[in-house]
Amino acid sequence: MLIRRRTFIKTASLAAVSLWMPRFLQAYARPGALPTKGRILVIIQLSGGNDGLNTVIPIRNDLYYRARPRIAIKTAEALRLTDEAALHPALSGLQRLYDSGDLAVLHNVGYPNPDRSHFRSMDIWHSASPSDQYWYTGWLGRYLDAQCTPQTYRAPAVEMGDAVSLALKGERQKGLALHHPADLYATTRSDYFAEYAAAGATQLHGEAPIGYLYKTMTEAIASAAYIFEKSQVKPSSHTYPDTKLGRQLKTVASLILGDAETAVYYLSIGSFDTHINQLLQHERLLRELDGALSAFAADLKAQHRWNDVLIMTFSEFGRRVAQNASGGTDHGTANQMFFLGGGLRRKGLLNDLPNLSDLDQGDLKFSIDFRQVYATVLERWLGASAPPILGQPFALLDFV
Amino acid sequence: MTLVESQRRLKHLLWRAGFGPATIDWPKWRHRSSEEGWEILLQQSMSPPEELFVTDDVVRGLFMGVGEFVRVEELSPEERRQQRAQSRKLLQSLNLMWLEEMVYTSAQLREKVALFWHGHFASRNFNIVFQQDLLHVIRRHALGNFGDLLRAVSKSAAMLAFLNNQQNRKAKPNENFAREVMELFTLGRGHYTENDIKEAARAFTGWGFNWEGAFVFRSHQHDNGQKTILGHTGRFDGDDVLDILLEQRQTARFIAQKMYRFFVHEEKVPPERVEWLGNRFYESGYDISALLSDIFTAEWFYDAENIGQQIKSPVLLWVGLRRALPITLDDPEVELLLQRALGQVLMHPPNVAGWPGGRAWIDTATLMLRLRLPHLLAAGEALDLDIGQDDDVRMGQGRAERLRRRLNATPHWEPLFEAFADTPNEALLSTLAHFLWQVPPSEAQLGIISRHLQTASRETLLQTAVLHLMATPEYQMC
Repeated sequence: MLIRRRTFIKTASLAAVSLWMPRFLQAYARPGALPTKGRILVIIQLSGGNDGLNTVIPIRNDLYYRARPRIAIKTAEALRLTDEAALHPALSGLQRLYDSGDLAVLHNVGYPNPDRSHFRSMDIWHSASPSDQYWYTGWLGRYLDAQCTPQTYRAPAVEMGDAVSLALKGERQKGLALHHPADLYATTRSDYFAEYAAAGATQLHGEAPIGYLYKTMTEAIASAAYIFEKSQVKPSSHTYPDTKLGRQLKTVASLILGDAETAVYYLSIGSFDTHINQLLQHERLLRELDGALSAFAADLKAQHRWNDVLIMTFSEFGRRVAQNASGGTDHGTANQMFFLGGGLRRKGLLNDLPNLSDLDQGDLKFSIDFRQVYATVLERWLGASAPPILGQPFALLDFV
Repeated sequence: MTLVESQRRLKHLLWRAGFGPATIDWPKWRHRSSEEGWEILLQQSMSPPEELFVTDDVVRGLFMGVGEFVRVEELSPEERRQQRAQSRKLLQSLNLMWLEEMVYTSAQLREKVALFWHGHFASRNFNIVFQQDLLHVIRRHALGNFGDLLRAVSKSAAMLAFLNNQQNRKAKPNENFAREVMELFTLGRGHYTENDIKEAARAFTGWGFNWEGAFVFRSHQHDNGQKTILGHTGRFDGDDVLDILLEQRQTARFIAQKMYRFFVHEEKVPPERVEWLGNRFYESGYDISALLSDIFTAEWFYDAENIGQQIKSPVLLWVGLRRALPITLDDPEVELLLQRALGQVLMHPPNVAGWPGGRAWIDTATLMLRLRLPHLLAAGEALDLDIGQDDDVRMGQGRAERLRRRLNATPHWEPLFEAFADTPNEALLSTLAHFLWQVPPSEAQLGIISRHLQTASRETLLQTAVLHLMATPEYQMC
């Protein structure tokens, strides 16, 4: 829970439709096509709080080894990136992508007044709100609101799974959740459903909420058919690891190769909440991540689509510097983000490794606000204007 | 007024002041006026509720060790894991127990209003004892006096812990509690200054709870100095702050507005009505039943533009469905999965601001599940969902896997057969539509449904009609 809350948002009139939605977010309806034509953002959420210090290891830092006598990754086992930094041994694919200039790592990403609840901190990352405010739309949802109209795009954002994350929920536009294109198609594809939705949608509901339901139902049916069709155009024939993330990224690759007009794909892997005996669990998850990402990169490179894709990983927080008494780590603050793709302007390690001698009660201090990353991705990758989406301007970074 | 119109009014009341009509009671209710209906609802909710109780003394002992004396961090990992696991299970039990109460109790009004307060005084807390106590406070005072409710909630261990008031000390004030009390519980944003919060936080210093979860005032941590809050100056303590907040007409207006949005219309909120309700609420000395009476007996409550215009919350949808079509579930825990998939888990509000409600309930995934749900239930199909885990609860236990539960529901059709025994086959669909829907059925929609009914027998006709009517956007509205 947070202490400080700015009150720059005055509650609108008593009749305000959306009590919690700052006015600036209501005021930017701007229909138009996606300006990003062909540029794709793939977000991979590392749920549970990934242990960043055991992901990119500061191999020359005694403070790291002293803080983690049981769980530190040994210098000899870590996969070297520079004299100072090395990757977890499970990330050999990422090491190769680093070597080939397809990977960038940004350290010390966080936000002021960090919250250590998974749920709350994830909310903050999804909504991009200051940590003392509650916003009920997500940053990508607001991007969709600002950039797309349902007429122009069938499925501008797709989440792999059965629930739409807050990140993809806008006021008017929301991402499409699907486990598999064929499954989704099967559940929406009935003549009865389509006929019923079509009949309801043609009735005059005005702004009434039931009109919104019919609109959502019609979109679900149309998007499901669209995504299914696109997944069949040129399904990926590359071999992916038989893991959940592997299968999902293969689906994403198929949609990209089928030229689906989807700008954002959203995937999650977890749980990285490694309080107890973390070494095995962490290794298994990183291996799944590494295998799936390597296959995805190889697939898209072979199909000459790698330059169109930017992959970004994040986690709701990092973990404490010191290990705990159970061979694990507890909730921390700042963390690193990975960026992968053929369109990176800067590659490799983008900034300094975390400073382990300047901690805030045992936690890393952030130096990059995650909303700077969002602003950069919105402006420089997706071609959108970031301030209306994020509520304020943020200094841009230069990795894309 | 035609019978259809008067029944629509009555059902409007039952959906808004409760969880919708129960088919089993419908023969008894169907000829009542909405005025009679309101009197009955009120009267059935008057006796104090029995506590929903899932913890025994052993559990209380296990949890009560964790308070101010033993910090969670000081427990061994094994103890902590056990405690989390047990708390998680018991919170789920409490969730399901409350859900059952909503389905079966005749005190529909009380539980519906308690659900409103559950979102208003939202608290996430892994301590089952604290959560259970807070739920009881809310249900006990649901229809009572708002001042009493506010004081009891503010002094509950659940809220003091959730809003960090244990850390609010004279030397180092923590403003979280004071801020939420003003912003979310009483005045609303824009009706206080940052300085009011700072000063109120000082007044709340020393408020905490002991190892039993009981409120304690620690005078040595209390800042005894002079404070100025909302124009009043004195050596205030926390009780004084709550009194000052209750003295503000804005508090009455804020609650009236929020109730209007919850009970009448989420989006169209005429300021003059809120003003009128707020003033009457204030003058009644914050009598919640009186405010509800003002709402549910007002002629505008029954305006066409207020009927069938609310998107049911997941809990209202599910409880209402179970009241219309009684079902037994082999595995009640499937209800927890449904709550998660639909976006509202009792005892787990998204944050201190509660559930956003309205259109926020709906996206393609939740809507498709809502539309598929009736047929899934009737077919006893598996619910196979990939919706991630709640890491706050899981504490790193196990891997995130697809959650799969077989619905294994047994619908009990007899009450519906009986309630509509007199309706001839040709009128059945339209009659059921008027019973199950709050939006006026359109010819076009009923026409499509009628072409997909199984007419082999009276039973299949009624069953397919009910399931199809429930699997619609119309059924999501009340």
